[in-house]
Amino acid sequence: MKILLKNLTAINPEQNLQEKNIDLLLSDGKIAEFAHNLDYDEKAVKIIDLSGKQVVPGFIDIHVHLREPGREDEETIETGCKSAAFGGFTAVACMPNTEPAIDSAEVVEFIKNRSKNNIVDVYPVAAATVGRKGEFLSPMLELKEAGAVAFSDDGVAIKTASILKRAMEYAKMIDLPIIEHCEDESLSFGSMNEGINSTLFGLPPLPSVSEDLIVMRDILMAQYTGARVHIAHISSANAVKMVREAKSKNIKVTAEVTPHHFTLTDDALKTYDTNLKMNPPLRSHKDVKEILDALKDGTIDCIASDHAPHSIEEKELEFDYAPNGIVGLETSIGLALTELFHKKILSLDEIILKYSINPRKVLNLKVPAFKVGEKAELTILDLDEVWTVNKEKFVSKSKNTPFDKRLLTGKAVGIYNNGKLLLNGEIIS
Amino acid sequence: MPLSSRHLLGMQNVPKEDIQLILDTANTFKEILDRPIKRVPTLQGKTVVNLFYENSTRTRISFELAEKRLSADAVNFSVSTSSVSKGESLKDTVKNIEAMKVDMIVIRHSVAGTPLMLTKLCDSNIINAGDGVHEHPTQALLDLYTIREKVGKLDNLKVCIVGDIAHSRVALSNIFALKTMGARVSVCGPSTMIPKQIEDLGVDIIYSIDEAIQENDVLNVLRIQLERKAREYFPSIREYVKYFGINSERLEKNKKDILILHPGPINRGVELSSDVADGPYQVILQQVTNGVAIRMAVLYLLGTLN
Repeated sequence: MKILLKNLTAINPEQNLQEKNIDLLLSDGKIAEFAHNLDYDEKAVKIIDLSGKQVVPGFIDIHVHLREPGREDEETIETGCKSAAFGGFTAVACMPNTEPAIDSAEVVEFIKNRSKNNIVDVYPVAAATVGRKGEFLSPMLELKEAGAVAFSDDGVAIKTASILKRAMEYAKMIDLPIIEHCEDESLSFGSMNEGINSTLFGLPPLPSVSEDLIVMRDILMAQYTGARVHIAHISSANAVKMVREAKSKNIKVTAEVTPHHFTLTDDALKTYDTNLKMNPPLRSHKDVKEILDALKDGTIDCIASDHAPHSIEEKELEFDYAPNGIVGLETSIGLALTELFHKKILSLDEIILKYSINPRKVLNLKVPAFKVGEKAELTILDLDEVWTVNKEKFVSKSKNTPFDKRLLTGKAVGIYNNGKLLLNGEIIS
Repeated sequence: MPLSSRHLLGMQNVPKEDIQLILDTANTFKEILDRPIKRVPTLQGKTVVNLFYENSTRTRISFELAEKRLSADAVNFSVSTSSVSKGESLKDTVKNIEAMKVDMIVIRHSVAGTPLMLTKLCDSNIINAGDGVHEHPTQALLDLYTIREKVGKLDNLKVCIVGDIAHSRVALSNIFALKTMGARVSVCGPSTMIPKQIEDLGVDIIYSIDEAIQENDVLNVLRIQLERKAREYFPSIREYVKYFGINSERLEKNKKDILILHPGPINRGVELSSDVADGPYQVILQQVTNGVAIRMAVLYLLGTLN
């Protein structure tokens, strides 16, 4: 079915494009026409007025945990994709800490098959080492051929400098990045950021230097090998400064930040809410300030949610016993628009860079363009919609969020991808 | 004047008036402990559950005695004898206990924040008997009571907490309560055992035990954990004893008149030499006696609120 989107504002900084009151005819998943004042018979096409809405190249969340295979009680590829779609994402990259880990072509193919014909495209990130154990390299060439877009032992950093060096050298051959969860294992027994608040709240401290050490190691190794490294969920001010300096030396390093790390600080832990327990942990005001500066100056390339579904019974435990992580797909864009766009830290162009263009460049994916004949992959934003987060309405299987009942301004109201339109929670295809 | 809160979760933000009220109430209860029949009917008909997720013989017995002397029905629930070992969640355990219609829960748990969690799970009054390395408010209150009893005041008194501050629930509660009452608080111990940014709480850090003795009116000496894991924080017991241990020679060399507290159990020959542990400056057993009176006061004040 053909769909005509009328009177929208189309924006794509990659094309230097900003067109107001333009119409977009979508047919068979492609852009059929892109012009002002398109006129079609209502019987032949479905016409939707998008006055006041911004249509942008589809947003991608490059750091999500879909939990399948292994923990289908928490999330499945289907529910995770639905959560992404409702959150405004046309694509996700899923992390390999599943059971079994994504360390064989078979598991990559399983995920690709499970997500076939979905409105959301799923790009598997494969393990860098077999079983994410840090001993032997995963079959990266075969994994890439099966559809893997990057390599990571996420959940932990690649165990030793020696296997990291080989992983970088090998991945460089196929120009895929190593995505690193930066944490020094020997310093990671705490459950919140070390500082005045860990002293006050009596929770075991996790020092930010644990992150900094591995960021430094990875930057030096990327420089030495010439490979690409992408720093996942950066959270410490020192780590951010090191990435900034490395970029100035043209070392191939990129970085992402989560919405919770630019929105919240470890002050929030005074409630001991286990939905505030994540790894890396929430950091101090000083760290958040550095992160906001780094989003602005381009040191931080991407925003990714680190969507980490957990069951209610797991999160209802005592703080130290509860697992790390929160769901994020359905709150990410609203938080970024509220905290970054409306607070004038980032322009809309910069938001689009962080959510659509930069992450695709990290993963070597084609950026969707407003061009007749191209695949149509779009996110539809309403910058001014005021809404309240309601975790009971999440389509994700899990509800572990610290943002429940938070008032946000700005929302992704729909997406178009793979020939399907999702608008205001309804599929129109 | 009733207490301003219906739970006792910690000493942070407990107002001066509340501390004063608890200490004064303990005074009247202490007298009961010296009677031949050590029981008053104050909490008759009230049920108190001692929910202990961590071994603690003395704190549990102290609470249990306080409850019994107030004629409350005291029920003990410890990890080893409960369904916890069968994997029941804390939430289910608390819901079950509450379904049996109890009035107060005294909780000891190795994870910080668990007493606060209980206030959200049930309607009982919650008393924190120690959570992780966070707070142990009744210990701080009995320490304050003992200091006030011996010295006669808390205001402007110089108190140093000595030992493993970072892994102590006693230190933080003492710091909050003492500062609220106007005392000047410092901490002394190996730098690996001083938690990050503790100076932001308005306490001085001293690395010399001799200086700590010279500069202070009171030393509250904490137990050093001797397990393998804790041993990563200092080179050896020998070195600890040599540089942070308190013995008679050290006391005499630096100062005569000082009050020494210890929450127990003591590692004799480590943080305190035996002659100091049994000597004229210490008030360790008085602390234990006062602990019962303080807990009676807290139970009474919370139990008669509603």
